[in-house]
Amino acid sequence: MDFSDINFSLLIASLIVAATPILLAALGELITEKSGVLNLGVEGMMIFGAISGFIVTIETNNPWLGFLCSCIGGMLLASIFAVVTQIFRANQVASGLALTLFGLGLSALLGQSYTGIKPVAFPDMHIPILADIPIIGIILFQHDFIVYFSIFAVISVYFLFRNSHFGLIIKAVGENHDSAHALGYKVILIRFFTILIGGAFAGLGGGYLSLVRVPQWTEGMTAGAGWIALALVVFASWQPFRLLIGAYIFGGITLLQLNLQALGLEINVALLSMSPYLVTIGVLVFMSARRNKNSLDAPRSLGKTFFGL
Amino acid sequence: MMLKIEPRKNRSNFLEVSAPIIAVFLTMIFGGVLFLSMGKNPFEAIKLIFWDPIMSPTFSEYSRPQLVIKAAPLILIALGLSFGFRANIWNIGAEGQYIMGALISGSIGLALYPLDSMFIFPLMILGGIIGGIFWAMIPAILKIRFNTNEILVSLMLVYVAEQILALASVGFLRNPEGLGFPGSRDLSKYPSAANPELIANSGMHMGVIFSIIAVIVLTYFLIYHRLGFQIKLLGQAPKASKFSGVNSNYIIIFCLGLSGGLAGVAGMFELTGPAGLINIDFNVGYGFTAIIVAFLGRLHPIGILFAGLLMSLTYVGGELAQFMLNIPAAAIQVFQGMLLFFLLSTDLLVSYKISLNISNLNNKKLKSMKE
Amino acid sequence: MKILKIFSLVLSTFVVSGVFASDMKVGFIYIGPPGDHGWNYQHDVGRQAVDEAFGGKVETVFQENVPESADAERVMTQMALSGADMIFATSFGYMDPVINVAKKFPNVKFEHATGYKTADNVSTYSARFYEGRTVIGHVAGKMTKSNKIGYVASYPIPEVVRGINSAYLAAKAANPNVEFKVIWIFTWYDPAKEADAAKTLIQQGADVIMQHVDSSAIMTVAEEAGVYAFGQASDMSEFGPNAHLTAIINGWAPYYVKRVQQAMDGTWKGGEQTFDGIGAGMVIIGNMSDKIPANVRKEAQDLANGIASGDIHPFTGPVNKQDGSPWLASGETADIGTLLGMNFYVEGIEGDIPQ
Repeated sequence: MDFSDINFSLLIASLIVAATPILLAALGELITEKSGVLNLGVEGMMIFGAISGFIVTIETNNPWLGFLCSCIGGMLLASIFAVVTQIFRANQVASGLALTLFGLGLSALLGQSYTGIKPVAFPDMHIPILADIPIIGIILFQHDFIVYFSIFAVISVYFLFRNSHFGLIIKAVGENHDSAHALGYKVILIRFFTILIGGAFAGLGGGYLSLVRVPQWTEGMTAGAGWIALALVVFASWQPFRLLIGAYIFGGITLLQLNLQALGLEINVALLSMSPYLVTIGVLVFMSARRNKNSLDAPRSLGKTFFGL
Repeated sequence: MMLKIEPRKNRSNFLEVSAPIIAVFLTMIFGGVLFLSMGKNPFEAIKLIFWDPIMSPTFSEYSRPQLVIKAAPLILIALGLSFGFRANIWNIGAEGQYIMGALISGSIGLALYPLDSMFIFPLMILGGIIGGIFWAMIPAILKIRFNTNEILVSLMLVYVAEQILALASVGFLRNPEGLGFPGSRDLSKYPSAANPELIANSGMHMGVIFSIIAVIVLTYFLIYHRLGFQIKLLGQAPKASKFSGVNSNYIIIFCLGLSGGLAGVAGMFELTGPAGLINIDFNVGYGFTAIIVAFLGRLHPIGILFAGLLMSLTYVGGELAQFMLNIPAAAIQVFQGMLLFFLLSTDLLVSYKISLNISNLNNKKLKSMKE
Repeated sequence: MKILKIFSLVLSTFVVSGVFASDMKVGFIYIGPPGDHGWNYQHDVGRQAVDEAFGGKVETVFQENVPESADAERVMTQMALSGADMIFATSFGYMDPVINVAKKFPNVKFEHATGYKTADNVSTYSARFYEGRTVIGHVAGKMTKSNKIGYVASYPIPEVVRGINSAYLAAKAANPNVEFKVIWIFTWYDPAKEADAAKTLIQQGADVIMQHVDSSAIMTVAEEAGVYAFGQASDMSEFGPNAHLTAIINGWAPYYVKRVQQAMDGTWKGGEQTFDGIGAGMVIIGNMSDKIPANVRKEAQDLANGIASGDIHPFTGPVNKQDGSPWLASGETADIGTLLGMNFYVEGIEGDIPQ
């Protein structure tokens, strides 16, 4: 067994890349859930974002436009969910599952003539000077724009909920839609908005998969990443920074597992693959157990339909 | 806003029946446009999906029983889930409970192979129920003890169950005579454990009969039993239910146990009958589809019966449309997605009253003036 | 429901049912989408070859994404009911469903890929992919500079273990210093996971990557990292023009055309088990990249020719098992039974097969 085969700075750098799609999707879902909406259609929005971004990138040879369109694609799908749950007041759990089914089907349909093509490369941005620092440069400063953006987005969302007025309104709506409504906030409008934002982030995450991480289009290529994103939001107890750490841990466990295997170490793949979910349950229990001591818990109206107008 | 949405006090029978028909009709129009845009004959496609499995001379003799077989697990799981959903207890991990039911009952059957005894099948049914309940009790106990969100715990446990399933099919339940390929022995070929059609070409296996009994029993239960009333009360007015002495912990255990047990036994019947063996692909999403079925059936056992059959029709008919007209599987998925959205949306008409309300507006004005 | 009934009646009067002029209808069922550029894609290429070979005489239909569960049985039954005379079931897990449906339709001919159960109207076919792996194993052994070859494997089943062993033996013969790094990812198809596994192997120093999983993600990753890889099931050079050394192509077309022809002539027989390799064209070595030195290309071609003619057997002794116990004596070749149930590594491969 030769551990020197593992290049740890490269390992960390690639786990950041591996975690970016789920980080983005989870961040979007976090915003949606903060407003009290549970959208289980993340997988559907992600894969629709993946194909939207891919098609546009292939047609225009411009990955920037591609990423923009993967956001739009995610939003389009999210808007169906928003209409069904916010205007027609359908149950969120059922609608989210239907959205996943719909998104997987629609993306496969649109993508039929886009298999076997490679998109133009999306360049890494080596940040001057910083990128040349040994070890840290490789880990942190040689990534592409979307990776930096995802970290920037985490910070923004943190401040959004920490001290912006709008963030407080979203939280109020998510905690108790009836009293938020009584205070004069437009519950439906706000939720419509957060659902769309959630869709945009999920779409971007999907686009990152098809344009950078894999980069190609294949049917069903998200292969459950959307569901991991859902788990991640819970794991992070609706805190943006924990989400960042959680995404890197989730990505890290997978990559570490692969690395250990490549070294020839005997490991139980199935046990390791289920560990993130078990850990998430543990975190949930831990969080809920000390619920009374602070307010770190799920938005109280999560998943509930608001029937006022 | 002058629109007002409020729960209907008296559900109108006319709307109950016509809303799903409107939804199906809308799906036919939008789906037809989709098929047309792909250069397929929309009339033929829709006929193949909705009509041929039931009425075509070529297919119906086989497809009709298949509709029942495919619908049975969906109905069984959805029935269990609907009780929890009524009480605002959200078990969305039925897929995992379905897997665990199949795994426990399968382990029992495989451990006893090739013993011949009439007790094996009942024992496996019990195993299926226990497997499902066991998996559902994890979120239940965590919810009672720590107030942990059961939506998320039950969902996480689906992935854990899937990994255990993979482990079982390449590992401890692998068929020793299977030349090393993944997958267990074929339990449907093991007479003591098999769940065959009771009358040839009727589709009626034990699981189907179990589903029908479950529909009847649970309908009765929901309407006449005290617990049925308490469940409804807990969902609609949690505070009031507390005052009237409803023990919510008891209801949580009951609802999750019921849904877990039914999902588990559905897994057992599917394993010993149509599927035959434990394999990596054993679960095909019944647990998730059943959530949709539960809502399409408006959480009512009779409604779920019809919703399950409708869902099953789109699967069986969708397959016909695929190979008869060369329509890609993805298009059928989109079509199903549309149907679900329309069905879920038209539900608003049935359950809620939408009315113009002017007094509400005045109230608001009054309120703001006071402030 | 009355409205629905009337509506459908009206509908059905408008629909002109298709009249099939063809002599024969052949159905195919696929485990995934034909657009996967891997396993299913090649079966679909075979289906199209049948279409072309017989013109309008044979009509082919297919169904994609059929799970290896109760659904497979229903899909095949419906195909048979719709008038299919012959059905190709193209994944291992369809084995029991095929046997069940075949019993119900004694006049329909069934062909099942990679299984081992036959009947009067069921034949099986499979390819000796390990022959192809011997050839690319040789190329890999010659092309690696770091002497580390990465291998992304799906499930620990005999088919995959056999591939690893044959590739390793050939690579070792070509380059005694070679070392294999195997990662099992427990899925046939997950592009992101496959990409991660390939990246990991590359980071650990592997400069040639082999794969026994279905997507083309690994090729794309290899291209970006500037290492070499091989096409799986199909030529994948479009995903990595520089990385792509050659490919093991699944050549189902000749077999499909032959069997359909036999069915038309009345010479088709059930109960047959075809296990063909390079010789019969069921395993095709793709175009070799000019990145491979000419002499190595020639060696690989000679190896392929030798295997095709039967002069060379990929598993020829002396070969020991991983634990050092003897398996094949000098000059002895592996028997088919051991190959089909292979559950051990040969000597020299490090690590364990999971379970």
